Amino acid sequence: MISALLVMAAIAGILGAILGFAAIKFRVEGNPLVAKIDAVLPQTQCGQCGFPGCKPYATAIAEGVADINMCPPGGEEGIQKLADLLGMEFKPFGGETKPKPKSVAVIDESTCIGCTLCIQACPVDAIVGAAKQLHTIIAAECTGCELCVPPCPVDCILMVPIAENLSNWKWKYPVYALTVSSSGNAAL
Amino acid sequence: MSGFFSPFITKPVSVSQIMLHVLFALIPGIALYVWFYGPAILVSITLASITALGIEALMLKIQHKPVAPYLKDNSALLTAWLLALSIPTLAPWWLVVVGTAFAISISKHLYGGLGNNPFNPAMVGYAVLIISFPAYMTHWLAPQGVGGVSMSFSDQLGYMFQGLLPDGLTLDAVTMATPLDTLKTQLHQHSQIEHILNMPIYGHLAGKGGEWVAGGFLLGGFYLFAKRLISWHLPVAFLGSLFLIAGIFHLFDPAHYAAPLLHLFSGAAMLGAFFILTDPVTSPTTPRGKLIFAAGAALLTYLIRVFGGFPDGIAFATLLMNITVPLLDAWTQPKVFGKKEKRS
Amino acid sequence: MKTLYQFHGGIHPPTNKTQSTQTPIRLAQLPVKLVIPLHQHVGNCAKPVVEAGDYVLKGQLIGRPDGHLSSAIHASTSGTIAAIDMQPVAHASGMADLCVTLIPDGLDKWIELAPCDDWQSLPHTELRHILRNAGVVGLGGAVFPSDMKLYAHKHKIKTLVLNGAECEPFITCDDLLMRERAGEILLGIEMMRTLLYAEEVLIGIEDNKPEAIAAMQAAVTAGGYARMEVIAVPTIYPGGGAKQLIRVLTGIEVAAGVRSTNLGVQCFNVGTAYSVWRAIRYGEPLISRVVTVTGNVAHPQNFDALIGTPMDELVAQADQLPGTTGYIMGGPMMGVLMPSMQVGMIKATNCIIASSDQLFPAAKPAVSCIRCTRCADVCPAELQPQELYWFAKAKNLDKAEDYHLFDCIECGACSYVCPSNIPLVQYYRFAKSEIWAQEAGKKAADAARERHEYRESRIEREKREKAEKLAAKEKAAQDARAQRAALAAVPETGTMPVAAENPVQQKIQAAIEHAKLQAAAAKPKNTEQLTPHQLAEIADIEARRARVRELAKDNTEE
Repeated sequence: MISALLVMAAIAGILGAILGFAAIKFRVEGNPLVAKIDAVLPQTQCGQCGFPGCKPYATAIAEGVADINMCPPGGEEGIQKLADLLGMEFKPFGGETKPKPKSVAVIDESTCIGCTLCIQACPVDAIVGAAKQLHTIIAAECTGCELCVPPCPVDCILMVPIAENLSNWKWKYPVYALTVSSSGNAAL
Repeated sequence: MSGFFSPFITKPVSVSQIMLHVLFALIPGIALYVWFYGPAILVSITLASITALGIEALMLKIQHKPVAPYLKDNSALLTAWLLALSIPTLAPWWLVVVGTAFAISISKHLYGGLGNNPFNPAMVGYAVLIISFPAYMTHWLAPQGVGGVSMSFSDQLGYMFQGLLPDGLTLDAVTMATPLDTLKTQLHQHSQIEHILNMPIYGHLAGKGGEWVAGGFLLGGFYLFAKRLISWHLPVAFLGSLFLIAGIFHLFDPAHYAAPLLHLFSGAAMLGAFFILTDPVTSPTTPRGKLIFAAGAALLTYLIRVFGGFPDGIAFATLLMNITVPLLDAWTQPKVFGKKEKRS
Repeated sequence: MKTLYQFHGGIHPPTNKTQSTQTPIRLAQLPVKLVIPLHQHVGNCAKPVVEAGDYVLKGQLIGRPDGHLSSAIHASTSGTIAAIDMQPVAHASGMADLCVTLIPDGLDKWIELAPCDDWQSLPHTELRHILRNAGVVGLGGAVFPSDMKLYAHKHKIKTLVLNGAECEPFITCDDLLMRERAGEILLGIEMMRTLLYAEEVLIGIEDNKPEAIAAMQAAVTAGGYARMEVIAVPTIYPGGGAKQLIRVLTGIEVAAGVRSTNLGVQCFNVGTAYSVWRAIRYGEPLISRVVTVTGNVAHPQNFDALIGTPMDELVAQADQLPGTTGYIMGGPMMGVLMPSMQVGMIKATNCIIASSDQLFPAAKPAVSCIRCTRCADVCPAELQPQELYWFAKAKNLDKAEDYHLFDCIECGACSYVCPSNIPLVQYYRFAKSEIWAQEAGKKAADAARERHEYRESRIEREKREKAEKLAAKEKAAQDARAQRAALAAVPETGTMPVAAENPVQQKIQAAIEHAKLQAAAAKPKNTEQLTPHQLAEIADIEARRARVRELAKDNTEE
């Protein structure tokens, strides 16, 4: 009886020690799920989800506070990816939130007064300029978040959709109509 | 213009032609069938064909798919023929219709139509019939010259469509158990193989008549092979495995296990090897997958024939192996050009 | 006899080659205008170095290579630059790209060239430099800058494979080039061999070109080339694909994403060898090439045509027949339908097929895949096209990649044999470009994340620094107050001698002294060393204040 208790206690002690050791040894810093979700998000940092950036939104999703269909720049593919990652059902965009064509901001240089307000608003430092100097946007770095548009006192920032060119041209999904046969006995 | 993108030329071959060739390849077997069992099978085939085309058209219409191109692909006809050849000759007309309708509508179109069905439609039809109407599924005609009574064609039609037999005839007098069934029943009664095979329904290799029909299907198989419509993997692996398994049992105990050739030329083995298992939609796509698939089907066929409750095992073996196809395909992806080994 | 290897699959489409091999290569007429795209090669677009209105000579540089991987573009004849603008180009997208429009003056006057009699004496870097500036790119269709491919460490390349297979139906430009200019091709090959330190040269030609094989063999014998072999390879499409030809000739399989040079093989088109020779020996830049004009024309034949020649002008010289619906650049298996008949031919233009409804009848409607695996049977990359189709159709891109989508060479053999008429290659092209776009998007997202995180940390740092500065300022102000207090307290206490006995107090005292000095130093400097005048002013002000105070006191007392 005593020996059995001792054995049990010893096992409990050993296992406890192993668990304790594992907890220290394999300690994971931060929440890896947040990083995984963040990796799927488009990093526009636009705040259209209602959170102040992609990481906060990722954290909110991980905590179960936010829905997965709140990121318009990610598009439906983004929702699909989040759904796959989290093992959830795909959820379409609701109400106002709709993905827009990918755009970049362009500053109308003749109107810009050099106020630097847009520079402060840009989440990815894609605007260069200084006080009372003309500002310009590095198109390659612009995520199209539109955060620079409202602060501009002279409304000189335009969102220009990215046009298709030879370098970003894509082959289209083959759409071959199942044609109406000569016997006229078909449709689609 | 052929299209806006290359390739601009295509080989003049179509699904419809392929299916037509397969139908053509069935003809020697059917001809021998008619020779030994009378023309009733042609009635079944016709009935099944009409049903298949009608149901196919209906299903396409319901799904708003173009009817003509799909109807012309001859795949429904092939299903109908295979099903008709699988069920007893004297099957009543509604049995043929129900089986075919189920095969086309449920097992083909509910899964998305041609190319998307996981199970061989003809075999699904057969399985449904043998489970639902087991009694009717034993109405096999005795081959000409076997058994005392023979039925005229009009008598056969009379039974098929009205369920009426001529005066003085009973169903037992005109139908008989299949050779495989007889074998199983007799073995249960502790007969020896030797004695069983001396019964009048047996011929040189297997059942009288049936062995010739099987030979006809074998001939059709050679035609398909010559036309490069099927690869060697499925038939060779199936017949080879069946031969091997039956051979091992036969060597072990020749008194209770029939010779391998009897298995190859009995039941639907030949039809299955060349026409049923080779249905591209429901068989694996990789060479190794095909080998495993066919060997598995052979093993299951043998087990069902010898130890199971049904007279023949092709249908259930096929359906069971159909389940494994996605797995086999995923497992047996071949090595890619320049890559060392198969994908991880 | 060399042992040849086989590759998996392949097809035998009707070759349709004899039509265009009946007459020798003909020099094409000078066109009315030339539209020369500045981006005809793999790599960066060439930078234009001329302006509209400039007069240029034949062979003059009009676009210089931009960056490491790029190539030069030259004026194909002498004349005036009419425009440098966006024009439709020979590309599947049908989109516009930067082109130089040149109006020939009819003189066809060459710029002064720098021929080289003794190329063996030149260092290899110099030879590569010549090729780069001559705009020599691979003429088999890949248009990869040749100088980049002609670099090798010693004894790393065992075999140089020359591709004269020309497996695509209709195309005969390499065939005719080998028949007529075998000697010069071999001279170019020798240059390539030298640059690559390659031990042996294998020239693969499909056995449906006996004349070309004979001509090349005769030239090898005549030139006395050692370890150079002309090999007839079986006619099977796509036997002329670089990977397939390397496999047939050497048995080596070059996987996707692997460089053949790492396996000791390099492969060039025979036409490229010819251009290499012309560029180094005569200093001639790549401004023309042999192009097959065939299809719906009365006289299918090969032309030696200038780069930039509008396709319709070229096809007209072969007598275009009525019923022509468009032009295909390349062969019917991998060619590209031109967005317009006026686009200028480019370095990659090996063939122009005038198409008609009779030649390429309308495709039958696609029906369901029945998994017959005819596609897998013919796939030279040993893929499972039916699976790839399934995944691409469902836009299951990860899975498609998993099933080696990027090993697909888009040869079109699968589409050719498909009994269901499914445009398989089109699905693979779609899936590939979709994956590329997603990868680009992912890269952009990663860059954006990095920039955002950097900005966040910068803002954080700035905030911290500001807070620290503020704290420091406050501390300084506090210290100053403390010092003033101390300063006021010292004379009152007057306990200095006592304090001096205690070391702690001594220290405090010292600190106070120090602070006093500091405070003194911190005192506004402008109150010291004042001029007598200023002192007088201050005294005056003080006197005024005193008087005011007196007055105020009086008032309150009253």
